Amino acid sequence: MEPLHVVSAIFVFGGTFFMVVGSVGLIRLPDFYARLHAAGKPDTLGEILIVLGLILYEPLSFLSVKLFFLSFFILVANPTATHAVAMAAYKRGLVPWRKKQE
Amino acid sequence: MEEKAGMNIRPILTFKFFLLFAFWVLLSMWALDHNYPGQFNALHIVQGLIASAIVVYLLRDLILHGEKLHMKFLRAIPYVFWELWQIILANIDVAYRVLHPKMPIDPLIIEFYVPYKGDMTKTWLANSITLTPGTITVLVEGNRFIVHALDKSFADPLLIDQTMQKKLMHVFMEGEYDSTS
Amino acid sequence: MDILDLFMIAGIFVAISIVLDLYRAFSGPTVFDRVMAVSVIGTKTAVIIPIIGFLFERPGLFIDISLSYALLNFVGTLIVAKYLERGELWSPYT
Repeated sequence: MEPLHVVSAIFVFGGTFFMVVGSVGLIRLPDFYARLHAAGKPDTLGEILIVLGLILYEPLSFLSVKLFFLSFFILVANPTATHAVAMAAYKRGLVPWRKKQE
Repeated sequence: MEEKAGMNIRPILTFKFFLLFAFWVLLSMWALDHNYPGQFNALHIVQGLIASAIVVYLLRDLILHGEKLHMKFLRAIPYVFWELWQIILANIDVAYRVLHPKMPIDPLIIEFYVPYKGDMTKTWLANSITLTPGTITVLVEGNRFIVHALDKSFADPLLIDQTMQKKLMHVFMEGEYDSTS
Repeated sequence: MDILDLFMIAGIFVAISIVLDLYRAFSGPTVFDRVMAVSVIGTKTAVIIPIIGFLFERPGLFIDISLSYALLNFVGTLIVAKYLERGELWSPYT
């Protein structure tokens, strides 16, 4: 394997790790607002890392430009979508979960 | 078309039109890349021009609708790299909290005000807050931000230090960096 | 080991994480959880499609589909969020 491909594989697997962690968080965390943390952040970074890995697989082509646009778009759109759902929940009066005080 | 007071909207529309058309050309380019002749011809260009014109007409008030933008692109570059570093920190933090058996979280809702004037600055701040560790923007109303934080320690940088707000002020020429007012 | 095999393993792991998200999409408990889970699934699908494209050795076509899918997923999430917030869609933005 070429050295560039090794770097590419490392990026892709880093992104995969964060995506699986985000899914586990989506299942484990106690309420909707806490789950938003697991939904918004790991997905964004996972997407960027995987797409970066794919760019490094074939660095000099139109594909790289398109993949760069894909990752840039996700970087802008994912927090916005998270924010939209959070705002809808907040305006409809969903109460955040608090830790029980002893 | 509504005329904004003292603001010429035509250059912005032209800019948006060429942006969309460039994106169309980019999307049509895969045919050139993979040796399928005849895919990128005059018909595709005309289609792209018509589609871009329709989209620009329909969305003329939606994005970049004539607000004066004082953004410094050279100052934005270090900010973006700082933000990417913050994203990595945020994800390591989320991974730690999610995979820890006891899940050390104590969520709370905080509220603060920003002195920004531009909509673009608020958009950048809201998205940056969502991407930095332990905080999610829930609601933006005027200058009021409501933020959900996973832990008390994440709320303090936004409430007390206000590092991110100051960095964005630097990028967008607001507050103490504003030279126009 | 070829790098395409590694890409395939990564794609399988992303697919497993999509299955984990489906649990949240089915079990709720609120409707916002379901919307969020579907949005996350859409993002992950937009990542899987280029990987499949590289495996099938026609990445150009698949990346176009992925871009369109990401756009549609974003717009769809926004529309559903707006509907849940107001109960209707054709009101001017205040």
